[in-house]
Amino acid sequence: MFDIELIKKVRLSILEMITRARSSHIGSAFSIVEILHVLYFHVLNVNPEEALMENRDKFILSKAHASSALYATLAHKGFFSLDLLNNYMLNNGTIPAHLDMTVVPGLEISAGSLGHGLPIGLGMAIAANKKFNHELLDSLNKPNKRLEQVFVLVSDGELNEGSVWEAIMLAGSLKLTNLKLIVDYNKIQSFGLTNEIIDQANVADRLRAFGWEVLEIHGHDLNQIYKALTCDSSGKPLAIVANTVKGCGVSFMENKLAWHYKSPSEDEFKQAQEEILNLSIESLAGRAYA
Amino acid sequence: MRKTFIDSLIKLARKDARVFLVTADMGYSVLEPFREEFPERFLNAGVAEQNAVGLAAGLAMSGYVPYVYSIIPFITMRCFEQVRVDLAYMQTNVRLIGVGAGFEYGSSGATHHSLEDIAVMRALAGMTVCCPGDNLEAEQIITQSLEYQGPMYIRIGKNKYDSLHEAGTEITITKAAILQSGERQAFISTSNTLGMAKASADKVYSESGFKPYVISMHTVKPLDTGILDKLIKEKVDIVSIEEHNLIGGLGSAIAEYLCDVGAGIKLKRIGVPDTFSHLVGDQETQRKAFLY
Repeated sequence: MFDIELIKKVRLSILEMITRARSSHIGSAFSIVEILHVLYFHVLNVNPEEALMENRDKFILSKAHASSALYATLAHKGFFSLDLLNNYMLNNGTIPAHLDMTVVPGLEISAGSLGHGLPIGLGMAIAANKKFNHELLDSLNKPNKRLEQVFVLVSDGELNEGSVWEAIMLAGSLKLTNLKLIVDYNKIQSFGLTNEIIDQANVADRLRAFGWEVLEIHGHDLNQIYKALTCDSSGKPLAIVANTVKGCGVSFMENKLAWHYKSPSEDEFKQAQEEILNLSIESLAGRAYA
Repeated sequence: MRKTFIDSLIKLARKDARVFLVTADMGYSVLEPFREEFPERFLNAGVAEQNAVGLAAGLAMSGYVPYVYSIIPFITMRCFEQVRVDLAYMQTNVRLIGVGAGFEYGSSGATHHSLEDIAVMRALAGMTVCCPGDNLEAEQIITQSLEYQGPMYIRIGKNKYDSLHEAGTEITITKAAILQSGERQAFISTSNTLGMAKASADKVYSESGFKPYVISMHTVKPLDTGILDKLIKEKVDIVSIEEHNLIGGLGSAIAEYLCDVGAGIKLKRIGVPDTFSHLVGDQETQRKAFLY
């Protein structure tokens, strides 16, 4: 069911983008590739031919520093030409380091500062509920036939931002079943280990305490990701704590803080390329996370 | 003016189902009529302004026109980066309704005073800043705000402001309203000092015998430079009046334009000096001590 060749292509695109631009955040991008793959190729009701299609599902990448993963996934999905990835972050190029919704089709928001995505997604989920429940936007519009799903992907470090918890509290209280939060729990943030900075080892319990249904999964196991993203959250908003590996897929990057910042040298690029080409669905699912 | 706001919004909501009211837990004895008539388009987001502004952006991107209500410092500065990114950068049709202009929450202390809001909102690219000077302006600005494109900050008064304009006066967002035409001098006010501007002009008339202009610059951004060009051409000196820090508000906006065009007319800025008030007292007490 899952296309490992496509996953490899996205990973190679990310590697090329970051290497060419001599830029950062390759580790952050590699930890969410499989989640984005399952979302865009198996779950989201979106249309690359019509990015602004009415009644589409919404995906928000709140950890926008991992933009390379989203841009690459969107391009491989057909939202825009793969060629555009070639000028990622280059001077006078098209695609910036973070998310600018005006540059390519398929982006729901502009982002780059942490803690913004979940509140915006919450607003979209509220609006979607109202349209679905026939509380019409205006008398000319028909009610939506299906309840739009809104997915928001945050980083674990991003949970340090109070605004995320403001949204978590309200969403739990409103029992919004169409809001899905995915936590990229790779356990490394900008300047240290996530749980050494602010201990949130019990993040799943915290989310449950705020009224969310919570699933803990292996964030590179495609089957687990698919099951979680499509599960019925029994009258609550759904949070998926995805245990991921920062830098997943490239041995010397995995679980290393340095790869939040470094960009590969020529030799490192070659080695990374080779390792990515050797990835399999099983080897991804078998990755040991911290 | 709070009542004018909610009455105008209710009228708007009856006509157009896009109108949505979000409050960050403020509005007791003001917002109830809206909540009762349109419960499905009312949301109390709790005491959480960042989330209130963020979710309003999400509502706007889904086709609603959300009005987000709270006391000015909380709805502008507590959540400033949400305003910057989710509203200004993304150009979402959200209207921030800040209540309590200048010293209107005078006795509550400096945490509740709003003396920097115009400056910080004005600094955001693509943000429209409206500060109605009386109820007539407030009603028409709220009504027009529904179809206006891009995010808006609307600074409204907590207190009752009788209309200073003649009944039937038409107000347009982005166009200054001339309360009184005149010569030689122009008193230009924004927000709740329009009455002071009129009183100052009356005083000049009774003491010096000429009638100054009285102008309400209810839209501080984009600034109506057309009216300034007219005053420059007529060699009319300007006095700006605002219940706001002298840094960054209406007076600054006018000064910037006059400098840029080499206007050659005088400008005297009246506003609040660069200090926090530790004085205990109501709006009038604060004005007497600080507004000069």
